[in-house]
Amino acid sequence: MTIAGSPAVAARVGRPLAGGRRFSLDWVGTLPFFVYVSAFLLLPTGIVAIGALFDANNAFTLENYAHLSRSFVVKSTIDTTVVSAITAVLGAVLGSLLAYAIATGNPNGVLRRVSISASGVLAQFGGVTLAFAFIASIGPAGFVYLFAQSHGFDFYAHGIWLFEPIQGLSLVYLYFQIPLMVLVFLPALDGIKPQWREAAESLGGSTWHYWRYVAGPILFPAFLGGTLLLFANAFSAYATANALINQGAPMLAQQISNAISSEVGAAEPGFAKAIAVQMIVIVTLVTILYSLLQRRTSRWL
Amino acid sequence: MKLGNLWRHLALAVVAVFVVAACGSSNGSGSASCSESTAKTATSVTACGGLDALIAAAKSEGRLNVIALPRDWANYGAILDKFTATYGIPITSDNPDGSSQDEVNAVQQLSTTSRAPDVLDVGIAVALANVNLFAPYKVSTWGDILDSQKEATGLWFEDYGGFMSVGYDSSKVPTITSFDDLLGSAFKGKVALNGDPTKANAALNGVMMANLAEGGSLDDISKGVDFFHRLKQAGNFTPVQATTATVKNGTTPVVLDWDYLSAAHGTDVPTWKVFVPNNAILGGYYAQAINKNAPHPAAARLWEEFLYSNTGQNLWLAGLARPVRQAAMQKDGSIDAAAAAKLPPVNGTPKFLSDAQATAAKNYLVAHWLTAIS
Repeated sequence: MTIAGSPAVAARVGRPLAGGRRFSLDWVGTLPFFVYVSAFLLLPTGIVAIGALFDANNAFTLENYAHLSRSFVVKSTIDTTVVSAITAVLGAVLGSLLAYAIATGNPNGVLRRVSISASGVLAQFGGVTLAFAFIASIGPAGFVYLFAQSHGFDFYAHGIWLFEPIQGLSLVYLYFQIPLMVLVFLPALDGIKPQWREAAESLGGSTWHYWRYVAGPILFPAFLGGTLLLFANAFSAYATANALINQGAPMLAQQISNAISSEVGAAEPGFAKAIAVQMIVIVTLVTILYSLLQRRTSRWL
Repeated sequence: MKLGNLWRHLALAVVAVFVVAACGSSNGSGSASCSESTAKTATSVTACGGLDALIAAAKSEGRLNVIALPRDWANYGAILDKFTATYGIPITSDNPDGSSQDEVNAVQQLSTTSRAPDVLDVGIAVALANVNLFAPYKVSTWGDILDSQKEATGLWFEDYGGFMSVGYDSSKVPTITSFDDLLGSAFKGKVALNGDPTKANAALNGVMMANLAEGGSLDDISKGVDFFHRLKQAGNFTPVQATTATVKNGTTPVVLDWDYLSAAHGTDVPTWKVFVPNNAILGGYYAQAINKNAPHPAAARLWEEFLYSNTGQNLWLAGLARPVRQAAMQKDGSIDAAAAAKLPPVNGTPKFLSDAQATAAKNYLVAHWLTAIS
């Protein structure tokens, strides 16, 4: 953002300070933002990262970070990342298709208004309520399962996959991931003007050409951004996973909870902080990957 | 603080000491008062000028903060209501489903604020690890509590407990007579614990019960972990935490839990049965403690007096928890005999985990549990 062209700035620029260096107060405007980010993002991250270097007696130790190699943390890291990736990609694809269906419909229609309000509610519908809704409907004692079973369709014949981290959590997470994608992707779709398509067609372009050279490049950054948001959303979810699969703490957020609030004396606050740092690192890596991909694809498209 | 205020507090404290000295063993005349500073350090009801003075002081504080007391746990709903109805003191009940460690974390984080919990109800391991947060207090019925069930100065004292049990819905699974029954094909995806044993006390004791039933000892929980490994291999162990909701809806028709919690499921599921294996009678008690920075010190002490009165003890019993004064009350006939008769029968000598044994079990679980069940 630059305001170099404004007269006031030009006047100030014309009067150099001693030593010839220009003194700008532009950064003052960003101060509240950086204070906010420091207080609520950088400071906690720092406290957690440094706190993980100390044991219960406040002595310096690298053990907490070394414990990240425990087999169950490794497994939980893989499971969490896989579940987040699956639900992010599936949620983004299905969510954007649904959003496209809504966007091409009547802009003032009932369907659109109902779908948007429903997405707004469902995107926030998570936690114990959601997990129990699944347990009560398709769980091993749920009415849907019992009905299917009595009609010869036993979908748990090879084990109760609803309680397996990857299958079960992916299914349940998609319930709020898809509506969330609808909410974040719809504004981008609404920005697409029908005139562009008409222009492409009047210049002899096919549907493929339109998507490849017009709509695709415009929508792709929003699509990637939405996918990243979905990934982070699933990655940090706790209550839903905990209510569905309590044993074994398959998600990293549950591992943190176990390490903080063990009532049998197994509380390891330093270890919990080390896991939190690991989660921050993974999300940072994914964000970097996202921006690289974003830059790369802008060149392809 | 103004100096005048300080003098006033000191003077009151001096007066209170004289009153207590004057009252001696006559247990309060009712005219004495109990100031905030006296209440904060009072180690018994007489140190606070007798029960009437304590009640008056608690009423003027006007509130009691409790934490991690689920209304459907050991009859706490009725206990909280009865306390408020008796003394007219409203109760703030925070984080009802929290763990013992959550209680301690709240005491540390809320420190001296008015929102800090006044009283705690924690597992023994947590009580032992945090005695520096507690204020010593001996309830009037202190003598009825066995020495092995309390800290000598009153920093913590056990309140209620029971035995580990196998609870099951007899309409969904066959009758259970031994632990190995659970490995059978009729129990596919049906056996649950009340939490993760590396985190929840009830679940750790569930694994220990399996351990005893499988021939293990209190010192070594490995046979219990091995049992759950086999249970998982057989596809019978469900990773859902057993709650009132999952029992009611039938997702967890077999639950290893304290008998008093399990028996309470009978109200939702009439076919619910509770079985305590003869070869694995494992007892466990929770403990009360007063926060030394309690924002309502008199109300906190009054709450303890209430819990350890015959009324409080019988209320726990009505929730199928075994109150710590049960033996003494049975002797003097003040026990609610009808409620006592509803407790699941136990034949044999109960075993109790010592602190060292609980620590050994915890360490073994932290190292082996997650790999055993995944």
